[in-house]
Amino acid sequence: MTTQSASKIDFSKVDEIIQSYGAKKSNLIAILQKVQETFRYLPEDAMIYIGTKIDGLSPATVYGVATFYAQFSLEPKGKYEIKVCDGTACHVRGSMPVLNAIKARLNIKSGQLTTDDGLFSLETVSCLGACGLAPVVVINEKVYPQMTSDAVKLILDTIFQEEA
Amino acid sequence: MTENKKTLFIDDKEVEFTNEPNVLEVIRKAGLNVPTFCYRPDLTQYGSCRMCVVEIEGRGIQSSCTMPPEAGLKIHLNTEKTRRIRKTVLELLLANHDRECTTCDKSGHCELQKYCEEYGIRDIKFPTLQKEDFLPLDTSNPSIIRDPNKCILCGACVRACTEFQGHSILGFANRGSKTLVQPMAGRDFSKTDCIYCGQCQAVCPTGALTIVSDVDNVWKDITNKDKKVVAQIAPSIRVALGEMFGLEPGENTIGLITAALRKIGFDLVFDTNFAADLTIMEEANEFIERLKSGENLPIFTSCCPAWVKYIEQSRPKFLKNLSTCKSPLSMLSPVLKELLPKYFEGYTKENLSVVSIMPCTAKKIEINRCQLGTCGVQYTDFVLTTQELGRMIKEAGIDFKNLPPETADSPFGQYSGAGTIFGASGGVAEAAARTAYEVVTGKELKDVDIVQFRGTSDRSKTIELDLNGTKVTVRVVSTILEAEKALREIESGTANFQMLEVMACPGGCINGGGQPYSYNDTTIKAKRAAGLYKEDKGLPVRKSHENPDIKKLYAEFLKEPGSHKAHELLHTTYEDLFKGSYRDLK
Repeated sequence: MTTQSASKIDFSKVDEIIQSYGAKKSNLIAILQKVQETFRYLPEDAMIYIGTKIDGLSPATVYGVATFYAQFSLEPKGKYEIKVCDGTACHVRGSMPVLNAIKARLNIKSGQLTTDDGLFSLETVSCLGACGLAPVVVINEKVYPQMTSDAVKLILDTIFQEEA
Repeated sequence: MTENKKTLFIDDKEVEFTNEPNVLEVIRKAGLNVPTFCYRPDLTQYGSCRMCVVEIEGRGIQSSCTMPPEAGLKIHLNTEKTRRIRKTVLELLLANHDRECTTCDKSGHCELQKYCEEYGIRDIKFPTLQKEDFLPLDTSNPSIIRDPNKCILCGACVRACTEFQGHSILGFANRGSKTLVQPMAGRDFSKTDCIYCGQCQAVCPTGALTIVSDVDNVWKDITNKDKKVVAQIAPSIRVALGEMFGLEPGENTIGLITAALRKIGFDLVFDTNFAADLTIMEEANEFIERLKSGENLPIFTSCCPAWVKYIEQSRPKFLKNLSTCKSPLSMLSPVLKELLPKYFEGYTKENLSVVSIMPCTAKKIEINRCQLGTCGVQYTDFVLTTQELGRMIKEAGIDFKNLPPETADSPFGQYSGAGTIFGASGGVAEAAARTAYEVVTGKELKDVDIVQFRGTSDRSKTIELDLNGTKVTVRVVSTILEAEKALREIESGTANFQMLEVMACPGGCINGGGQPYSYNDTTIKAKRAAGLYKEDKGLPVRKSHENPDIKKLYAEFLKEPGSHKAHELLHTTYEDLFKGSYRDLK
């Protein structure tokens, strides 16, 4: 279910995050969001650490919150986080061919989140609230409207060139 | 509390209510019932199983466990609609359930099985869980088995772990149809900070959480001609086992249990109460020594293996506060293995198998502690919970209720009332106080009943004692949640007590994880405790140090409390269980 990164994580960073929000149960989601931003995912040890540091929480409850919300990832995400909107509007306007084109270009299998080189991660999201621009793809906060298979390949090619 | 009497109507009958937290309690107080899975009176209401639905005029269908009672409500328990809802709930649960009932450990005690029978569920309209979809079982430890294929997601275990132990080893993971109840990241219990109190499986309505059975192993030793098998019976077994045979909770069945064990084939039967007296001799002595020196106070009792494990893995800074005394179980086993060969022919350390009958699931872990003896010499061979013994008695075809009572074997058969009350929260401290008072003051304790220590509903009690001018304050807690509060008082310097008695199960061992299931009956704890205090009251000897067998053991073998020999056999050490605990981060 989870893949644990072999690399050690820096607990002082987790501590800083907990301190910055306050070690309170009600701040858990904000803390998890910041930890995910820092490590690009939620390492298991970080969840245990948070669960034992904050009163009223436990590693199991932190894990429960982390697995409840789609926004949290237990696997490292790529440098480029691709979100393909598959809400109703995007779906009928052809989000699936776009998704398949990305999969093919990145050589990523179904169920796989991040490419082997760690450069890209790919997921579908339910609705980004930009239905007028459907189908929508978001790469690291940048919104690409009215995507087609060809257009998305072009965007990916550009990124590949920049990274090469 | 103001007791404002108001009334509502259940099936057209006027029923009074006062401060009941929900309609369900009003229904049950009126002698009526609706089925429940997720509701447990000692835990917060959760409202997830939807079995307790009732129809309320003008309000439609409501779950009675989450509905506060209001004057004038017109409630109907069994309408066409509520029956249909309950049947659908049952069918949906069964669709997701491993329905291999005959081989399930909870068979006969399973509430899902019971309600399916009552509601006549014969076929399920939904596609059902197939064997190839089964998730793996957690059999990682000698105490508790988790079978996710039998979980109905009622969350009772999650709440028990959180609200009793403040621990939340179990939690919900994922969402929707993928939801599971499991330890952190689906780990095995052995890779968590679980203390194996077993309260999760005590509240589990199905076979999702069960106790690891040692029954077959014990049978094997009993049928082995070369083995001498002896039993010891913990204090709280005598007031609970009878429930499995239709007797009242709290009814003292020690004579029947002794007789049944002999019938099963145990060669000798001893009473752990004797060892409880032994524990008091050592622990009271240790407490007095610490009071004199002022070191390592407050002293923590060490009878509860779940509590000891909690300190070792989560609060190692308090290791030195734990009494070095072994638990009564772990005191008696080495005494039996060392001394029985001296008293009985044909007994050797090697052919002796010591079986402990315990109310406790954590004891199954305790007996494997290396610190209890030289590693390799297993002093206690097996722990059977009350439930397992009940099953063995049934398996052996014994008519338990009608057995002629028998008494335990000598020389470790006699016990005092102080030993008996070990089974209830406050009992260890009261027993210690009886002995400590007489040792410190040199005077006779006239009023043996120190009732401030008693009661199963209050999970934290503070008792002040006057030992002839020496004021001693004792804190008695049950549940780790309360124990942790006491630890924090010590840390913050506000603790005013010199002794801390901890039992991890709410109310003490009488409500242990291995006791017969009491599910929704909250009166059982108090009845079992009352049974122990009743036995105490009726015994000729009520102070540990006056037990003749104890006196004899010290005179002939141990010399005096705290002696070298006593330390060798009766005391133990503790260690920081950092490795593998949650603190052990990469």
